[in-house]
Amino acid sequence: MRKINTPLDLNKIKSLKAGEELLLSGTIYTARDQAHKRMVEAIKKGTHLPVELKNAVIYYCGPTQRPKGRIIGSCGPTTSSRMDAFTPLLLVKGLKAMIGKGKRSQEVKNAIKKHKGIYFVTYAGCGALLAGYVKKVQTVAYGDIGPEAILKLEVKDFPLIVAIDANGGSIYGKD
Amino acid sequence: MRRISALEIKKAAAELARRANFLLRRDVLAALYRAYVTEKTKRAKNILKAILDNAAIAEKEKLAICQDTGMPVVFAQVGQEVSISGDLKAAINKGVEEGYKKYCLRNSILGDPLARGKSGFSPCLIHADIVKGNKIKLTLLPKGFGCENKSQSKMFRPTADIEEVKEFIIKAVKSAGPDACPPYVVGVGIGGTADYSALLAKKALLRKISGKGSVLERELLKRINKTGIGPMGLGGANTALAVRIEKYPTHIAGLPVSVNISCHALRSASVVL
Repeated sequence: MRKINTPLDLNKIKSLKAGEELLLSGTIYTARDQAHKRMVEAIKKGTHLPVELKNAVIYYCGPTQRPKGRIIGSCGPTTSSRMDAFTPLLLVKGLKAMIGKGKRSQEVKNAIKKHKGIYFVTYAGCGALLAGYVKKVQTVAYGDIGPEAILKLEVKDFPLIVAIDANGGSIYGKD
Repeated sequence: MRRISALEIKKAAAELARRANFLLRRDVLAALYRAYVTEKTKRAKNILKAILDNAAIAEKEKLAICQDTGMPVVFAQVGQEVSISGDLKAAINKGVEEGYKKYCLRNSILGDPLARGKSGFSPCLIHADIVKGNKIKLTLLPKGFGCENKSQSKMFRPTADIEEVKEFIIKAVKSAGPDACPPYVVGVGIGGTADYSALLAKKALLRKISGKGSVLERELLKRINKTGIGPMGLGGANTALAVRIEKYPTHIAGLPVSVNISCHALRSASVVL
């Protein structure tokens, strides 16, 4: 199985095809509904963003509380389509890859193609399994919203499937 | 009158939080295993294997099966010959909250749905019912919102053909598509009022999925699986593990139908006090 690392090799990203399975190692950032809303508000106001979006990987995830002696709690993907309204602007600002579950809107597909980004899915509803691939966790921003905070995760061989590739190809077909 | 203390109820509720979130229901596990064995598509089979591995890891390592530990929905069947010393609902809420904190589950509950803001662990959603007898049965259903968001209700004409109802149910599953963690368990509520049909649909998820089900349940399951949505929505023969339908008498002027979809991590636990 192919492996990719962060910082992302942009040529390699462009060569990936929808349906391909691979393993990701490196740094990813969790962000879900409220974090997206806040980031987009910050961009529109021109205020400071808590993460560098250029070539970043965002994981749509809100983990459980961290059990004692563990790196992270259960941490599977949440439904990506709820982030659709915010995604095109983040892609404009340099976001390169997203990890989640389920379909994306046509606008997001177009934006992914335009900015040569990529959308991955990972094992949905398998948060206990996926916790095993996380090696380090650091809270980066929005700690006040608990599970919706932005966390910086170091992952090793995190399993992914390409759902929408940089050429607009989709694992879900043409719908 | 048999006395049951609020403290006993609280402790039982906390324990349900652990059992429901760490131990996948045996009937659901068996259905997932059957799906894994019978699935022919390679990718779908791999995904079902990951789902089974996930359940095993959750149980062994005491981790939540899914990070979305849900809105805790509690069904309390209170025997009319029981006398409760203390506050029943406060005891359930406190117990579930303590369990969610103790077992490091997720604080997904917002005090105000519009103001949003900081999330916490409570309150639960409690459906209390008075029943015969001198016992209390508590059931906790942690309902994740990836699938709860795909719920649908419709008030059909009383003269509607049953085929219209069937198509509505299948369409609800199609519109959930890959988003809500298939293979699904599809809960259906038919009859009562608009609100009651929605409650019936949720209650249908509490029924065991190990049996074959009714003729209508089996027909719907077959048709849903023909959609080919498959595990994670990436194709396969297993779009749903089961369909469960609950019915109640209704009015001559209407036919309420609700669909409440559960992800493959259909979690619930019960205790009798």
